[in-house]
Amino acid sequence: MKRTIKYEADRVKGFGREVMSVPGCEELENCIQCGTCSGVCPLSIYMDHSPRQIMALTRSDFKNEVLTSHTIWLCASCYACSVECPREIRITDIMYELKQRAIHEGIYPRRFPIPVLAKEFSKMAHDLGRVTENFLVVKLFLKTNWMAAIGMWRLGLNLIRTGRFSLKRESIQRRGELAKMLESVENEKETA
Amino acid sequence: MKYAYFPGCSLKGMGRAYEESLLPVMKKLGVEFNELEDWNCCGATAYMAVDEVKACVLASRNLAIAERAGNKEMVAPCSACYLVLNKAKHYFNESPIMAGKVKRALKTADMEYSGDVDIRHPLDILTNDIGIDEIKKHVTHPLKGLKVATYYGCQIVRPYSTFDDQNNPQTMDRLIEALGAEVVHYPLKTKCCGGSLTGTLPEAGLRLCYILLNEAIKQGADVIATVCPLCQFNLDAYHDKIKAQWGPARIPVVYFSQLMGLAYGMSEKKVGLQRNIVKADLRPKAAAAA
Repeated sequence: MKRTIKYEADRVKGFGREVMSVPGCEELENCIQCGTCSGVCPLSIYMDHSPRQIMALTRSDFKNEVLTSHTIWLCASCYACSVECPREIRITDIMYELKQRAIHEGIYPRRFPIPVLAKEFSKMAHDLGRVTENFLVVKLFLKTNWMAAIGMWRLGLNLIRTGRFSLKRESIQRRGELAKMLESVENEKETA
Repeated sequence: MKYAYFPGCSLKGMGRAYEESLLPVMKKLGVEFNELEDWNCCGATAYMAVDEVKACVLASRNLAIAERAGNKEMVAPCSACYLVLNKAKHYFNESPIMAGKVKRALKTADMEYSGDVDIRHPLDILTNDIGIDEIKKHVTHPLKGLKVATYYGCQIVRPYSTFDDQNNPQTMDRLIEALGAEVVHYPLKTKCCGGSLTGTLPEAGLRLCYILLNEAIKQGADVIATVCPLCQFNLDAYHDKIKAQWGPARIPVVYFSQLMGLAYGMSEKKVGLQRNIVKADLRPKAAAAA
């Protein structure tokens, strides 16, 4: 049966506090639930929860509902909400914080292309120092829905025809230098 | 005038026409862009979603390289690069915790960043450092009769823009008018194109593109001028799918720098117009009306 109400047991006490303690996310405390964020968001009509609801659910510790929502992934980082919020809440940055937590805990929606793209993009930037767009797109399709790639043949041809298709994967020269830096971030996390 | 130049991945990839047009235009104006040596990906919106600290380190390596070479200012033409580099700089200067993490990471490769280098946008440099009068002086082939919708997109005006208004930016409008073209009223000039959602969730992403294209046509524009490689790609590449779902909305989308090149007498090939999927025949239109 479809649940119509939430239960006290659904709350993970302290989740809201934890998010609000992250630098840049503190102002969530002052949200007045006016809905300006949902109103200016160009993608809110496609979301399972509106941005305003995500703010309320986060503050009220509904951790699982927030981190499994598609909303946080639909945010395209256009910053309209952050700029318009009358309480100066950095909503886009809170969405980023929630995305990171969902990835870290491995509870983002599986095979949903948006988090998969984020992961593949950062992997490519991490390993090679540069991103070659068409290689990234191919990887994305292989990891999500390779059948959909077939519908893209015409776009691929268009890109080849106009000389916008890269045949070679780009990379920086001093990959070792970058690897060292990123590794040190990882090590610092472990010792913390 | 001299600036460090951060091209970013797109300007070497699908958005190469942006670089191909921007560099000769700047050269014509006597401005020197020196490409940052061994620059790396800014991380874009994707890396921030996975690991914010690493994203800041990634961006800061570029700022450290710029600083080491003695640069005070670095130009980032791609909107995502412009935003992310600025964001990393803000975090570095606002949060001592983040600054400490970034410094320690850079140190492992004997690099340093002090939070100094300014990240600038070409529109900022063109309108504030060079000036509209100087831009006008070099126009040999005014784009008379060409109606342009100026599309700024989201990430150069929000949230860190220092050079233009967040809701009704004007720098590109003034620039396009200086080229002799006409700027049409375009109320969607800072609305989102959907970013990477056009690929990951076409239902949602492409609808935003359709709205943007359709509005420009309704306002009587011949062409949309943009500042962002992802906006250009989204609005140029998906017309088949957009047409199938919402109806035709075909209008060419070019970089502002390509229009500058044309007005400066450069050939269509020189400014990379052959890379457009929706062909942009701009000169005949401009010439016919002249």
